[in-house]
Amino acid sequence: MTEIPEHLLKRAQAARDKAAEEAAPAAAAPSAEAPASDPRIPAHLLERSRSAKSKTDSDAAAGGGVAVLDKVAAVVAAPAASAGLPVGAGPGGHTQRLLTVVKSGSIQEVKASPVDKVHTWPHLLAAEFVAALACTAFTFVFSVFVNAPLLQYANINKTPNPSKAPWYFLGLQELLTMFHPMVAGVTFPGVGLIVLILSPYIDKNPSIKPEDRKFATSMMTLFLMTWAVLVIIGSFFRGPGFNFTLPWRDGIFFEL
Amino acid sequence: MANILDENPRPTLKDRVTKVNGSVQGSQAWNSIFRPGSIFRKGYTDSPRNRSYVIMNSVLYHLHPVKVKRHAVKVSYTLCLGGLSFFLFILLTVTGIFLMFFYRPEATQAWNDINNLQTSVAFGLLVRNMHRWGAHLMVLSVFLHMARVFYHGAYKAPREFNWVIGIILLVLTLMLSFTGYLLPWDQLALWAVTVGTNMMGYTPVLGSQVRFVLLGGAEIGPETLLRWYVLHVLFFPFIIVIFMAIHFWRVRKDGGISGPL
Repeated sequence: MTEIPEHLLKRAQAARDKAAEEAAPAAAAPSAEAPASDPRIPAHLLERSRSAKSKTDSDAAAGGGVAVLDKVAAVVAAPAASAGLPVGAGPGGHTQRLLTVVKSGSIQEVKASPVDKVHTWPHLLAAEFVAALACTAFTFVFSVFVNAPLLQYANINKTPNPSKAPWYFLGLQELLTMFHPMVAGVTFPGVGLIVLILSPYIDKNPSIKPEDRKFATSMMTLFLMTWAVLVIIGSFFRGPGFNFTLPWRDGIFFEL
Repeated sequence: MANILDENPRPTLKDRVTKVNGSVQGSQAWNSIFRPGSIFRKGYTDSPRNRSYVIMNSVLYHLHPVKVKRHAVKVSYTLCLGGLSFFLFILLTVTGIFLMFFYRPEATQAWNDINNLQTSVAFGLLVRNMHRWGAHLMVLSVFLHMARVFYHGAYKAPREFNWVIGIILLVLTLMLSFTGYLLPWDQLALWAVTVGTNMMGYTPVLGSQVRFVLLGGAEIGPETLLRWYVLHVLFFPFIIVIFMAIHFWRVRKDGGISGPL
């Protein structure tokens, strides 16, 4: 339950006191004129409710019909009999009810402190443009000097030795030398991917500070390094028959 | 004594930049572009309002907000890796469209087409090289982007789901690269893909069926080439664009890039 602010409590108390004061003399003099003494209710509404009341009374003599006296004090005692009050009036004769007080912070984002921001143009776009240019230039220059491999026409009957997968799968191929194909080719990458996908839900530590995340950082580093080492071994240290070789001794058996 | 002090001190780098900037912006060419009534109808003067309009009144508004956190523009934080992955995708699309003009996905033609492209098409070899190196670079940059995001803890709330999308994008990038690997139809392509798809066949329950569908047969053959061509030029690009759109949209909705640390 949300805490109700003090000023609202005070206001409600004051209203309740006032209602009690007004109800007291009316209760002391119960008469047909009593409702009219309640200044909060317009006369025409009282008239209408009284006519409705007499109609109801004649229709159903026993139907909760004790409510002859439309007084606030009586209403407090028997809310069901509040015919003289406006429809929907609550205990104490209030026509409004305070359901709950919701603090603004819980439903709307309140900016605690202004964020230091810069214009996307030119600060971000210029940097992105330069990065894109540099990337294009690098790819271009590299492509001028290094040609993509195009080996002989594919021959299904002539298996090259060694046969290697694309470099990003060479870690898996390296695992194939150690494990059963299902473990190396399916279980490891499958579990790896699932753990990667779930890592935000596994890692419940809310801090992003490196000093608070030593475990997560070291696990990821271990994972990436293992992977990199496997890929490098698969790429450069595997020769004919996918046997271990040393690239400086036997040459490189690797095509990108 | 006054002669000892250099009366014309060497201009600093800042002075030179200011001077060059001034002469560029005062030049005829600059003014013919940016003066009101020229190419930009209302001209462009550097003001906060116009800086906002550059983003707000252009398609860039789909990608970037008008303002970003000051630390977000630090190159040392992101190393531009995510942006470069996207840019490489665009570069690969452009070069790939060029390659499509000269390539037929038939076992009898594919290798010859690539060979002809390299020997008798203007810039054919260069564009093919750019496509291939760009592809490897994209795999690398997506990998590094993932590592960067992890080390910055940027996958934490409220960005968990965007991390998931990111892993999907990584897998799609690998699939794009792998399907493209077969297309030259040379020994390298055939046997790399053979090794790769053999592993897939060991998947329990569905493995052999999925492999059969992907290869268009029990072994790699001409049907495989057509399938992988369609996967490479249409299917995976289509899927990856959808996921990229979600990824970029979520970056903004989750409050821009994470940090500062």
